[in-house]
Amino acid sequence: MAFKDLKEKLIKYNNKRLQNKTQFTRSINRSKGGDVGIFIMLAIVAIIMVLPLVYAICQSLKPLNELFIFPPRFFVINPTWKNFSDLFNLMNDSWVPFSRYIFNTVFISVSGTLGNVVFASYAAYALAKIKFPGRQFLFSVVVYSLMFNATVTGITNFITMSALGWVDTYFSVIVPSFCYTFGLYLMKQFMESSVNDSVLESARLEGAGENLIFWKIAMPMVKPAWITLIIFVFKDLWNMGASMFIYSEQFKTFNYAISQLVTSGIARQGVSAASAVIMMIVPITVFVITQSNVITTMSASGMKD
Amino acid sequence: MAKEKAVIRSDMSRFKWTLNEIRKNKVGYFMAAPFFILFFIFTVLPVVLSFLLSFTTFDLLNWPKFVFMDNYIRLFLDDDIFITAILNTLKFAIITGPGSYLLSMLFAWFINELRPKIRAVATLLFYAPSISGNIYMVWTFFFSSDQYGFVNAWGKKLGLLDEPVLWFQDENYIFPLVVAVALWTSLGTSFLTFIAGFQVVDKSLYEAGAVDGIKNRWQELWYITLPTMRPQMMLGAILAITGAFGFGGVITALVGFPSPNYCAHTIMHHLEDYGNQRFEMGYASAIATLLFFMMIGANMLVTKMLRKVGT
Repeated sequence: MAFKDLKEKLIKYNNKRLQNKTQFTRSINRSKGGDVGIFIMLAIVAIIMVLPLVYAICQSLKPLNELFIFPPRFFVINPTWKNFSDLFNLMNDSWVPFSRYIFNTVFISVSGTLGNVVFASYAAYALAKIKFPGRQFLFSVVVYSLMFNATVTGITNFITMSALGWVDTYFSVIVPSFCYTFGLYLMKQFMESSVNDSVLESARLEGAGENLIFWKIAMPMVKPAWITLIIFVFKDLWNMGASMFIYSEQFKTFNYAISQLVTSGIARQGVSAASAVIMMIVPITVFVITQSNVITTMSASGMKD
Repeated sequence: MAKEKAVIRSDMSRFKWTLNEIRKNKVGYFMAAPFFILFFIFTVLPVVLSFLLSFTTFDLLNWPKFVFMDNYIRLFLDDDIFITAILNTLKFAIITGPGSYLLSMLFAWFINELRPKIRAVATLLFYAPSISGNIYMVWTFFFSSDQYGFVNAWGKKLGLLDEPVLWFQDENYIFPLVVAVALWTSLGTSFLTFIAGFQVVDKSLYEAGAVDGIKNRWQELWYITLPTMRPQMMLGAILAITGAFGFGGVITALVGFPSPNYCAHTIMHHLEDYGNQRFEMGYASAIATLLFFMMIGANMLVTKMLRKVGT
C-alpha cells in the first residue's frame, strides 16, 4: 500500500517537474550557452552592486577593535549593536534633540507624499479623462519639466520663497513636493491605459459628479499607480538632505543631521555606517512591499510620440 | 421638454466650439488647478524668472539692474572656472548618461530572462543602491585615505601600492571614482521602466518573428523587442539625461566643495556657489538658464535619435 502511494507521489512529482521545466524553457531563439552566460554575468554584477551595501551593514556591526584590524576584514566577526547605540547617544548630545530630526524627516516625507498623491491624482484624472481644451498643452509642459531638474529652479525659487515668507519653514520643502511632475506623469499615463471610459461614462449618466467618480471609481482602479507614486515621492523626501531654504537646526532632516556626523576618521566609521543602514532600511522595505505594483505602473509609463 | 438639438462641431465657429467645450468641462479645470497653480509657481515661474534675471545684476537687496548680455559675456570670457565646470559637466554627462542608460537597458533585458521569483530578487538587488539614501558614503570607507581604508590596506598588503593613496583628494582618481559611484547609483527609475517594458511586450510577436527568420536573442531584441518598447525607451532616456546632469550633490558629498583644483566642479556647483553663497542672483540666473537649455537640448537631441530605433 505504502509503496503504491509513494510511486504515485513520485510520478506526480515528476510530471510536475517536467511541466515546470517546459514552462520555463523559452525554446524560441534561446541558446543554452547564452542563458548560462547571461546568468553568470548577472550574478557577478549583482554581487558588485550589493557588496557596498553589505559592507555598510558589516561596518555598522563591527566593534571598535575590529575596525582597527590591519588589513581590514570585509565581514564582521563579533557583531554588536554598539554603533547604533553610540549613534543615538551622539545625537542626543547635539543641540537639537535627536527625535526632532526624525520627526522632521517623517513629517516632511509623509505630508509631502500625501499632498503629492492627492494633487497629482486629481490633475492626472482631469488630464486623462476630462476632455477640456488646453489639456494637451498642460501635459506637454509637464513632459518638458521632466527634462530639467530642481537645480535650475532652486536659485529663483529662493526669491519666491522669501516673497512668500516661507524661508526657514516646513512649507518651503513640503509644498513644492506637491507639484512633483513625475508623479502626475505616471498617474496620467496609467489612468489612460487602465481606466475604462465607458465605466466613467455610465457613472456620469447615473448622475455622479466628477469628484465622486474620481474617489469611488478611478482611484480604486489605479491602486498600483498611487502606490508607486508613494514610493517615488517618499524615497525622494526621505533621502532629502540639507535644503537651501532652511537655516534653523530645528527644521533640518535626519539625513542632514547624520551627514554632519560622518566626519572622516576611522573611529566614527562604525557610527556613520550605522546611520547609513538606518537610512537605507526604510526605502528598501517600502520597495520590497510595493515592487509588483511599481512594475505594473511603470509598464504603462512609456512616452508616446 | 424640448428636445435638445445635438451639437456638432461644424455647427459653430472654432472659437465658439472651444468656449462651449470649456463651459461643459469646467470641472476639469478645477481638478487640475491645485497642482498646476503650484507647478507654475515653483517650476515654470522660476525658469522664466531666471531667464529674465540673467540679463540683470541682482543681489536680493536692491532692485535688479539691467545689464543685457554682460553676465553671459563674463561667464564665457572672464570666468575660467565656469569653462572648467561646463567641460566637467559635459564629460560627466556624456559618460554617465549613455552609460546608465545602456546598463539599465542591458540588465533589465537580462533580468527579464529569469523566472518571476528570481526576477523580483534581482530587480531589488540592482535597484537598491539608487534608493538607499546616502549609502554612497560607503565608498569613502572603501577608498578611505588612511591605511584602514579597504583598498589602501589590501593594495599595500599585496604590494600593489607603495603608500596609502588619498583617493578622494587626488585629482587623478576623483573623476573616475565619482563616475563609478554615479553609475552604481544610476539603475533607478529608468531601470524599472525598462523592466516593466520588457514584461509587456506581446509574446506572440516572438513566435511570429521566429517564423519570419529571427535566429537569436540579439536579433529578437533589435527587430521586435526594442521597437515595441520605444515609449519606455523615450522615458528612460529623458530620466537618464536629466539624472546625468544632476549628480552634483553626490560629488559634493564624496569630495567636498570646492573639489581639489576644481577637478570635479560641475555647473551645478558653480550655480550653488554664486546663488547660495555669493548671492549674485543675476549671474547665477545666467548659469541656471544655460544649464536649462543644455538639459532641454540634450533631451531633444536624444529623443529625436531614439525615434530611429529599429526602423
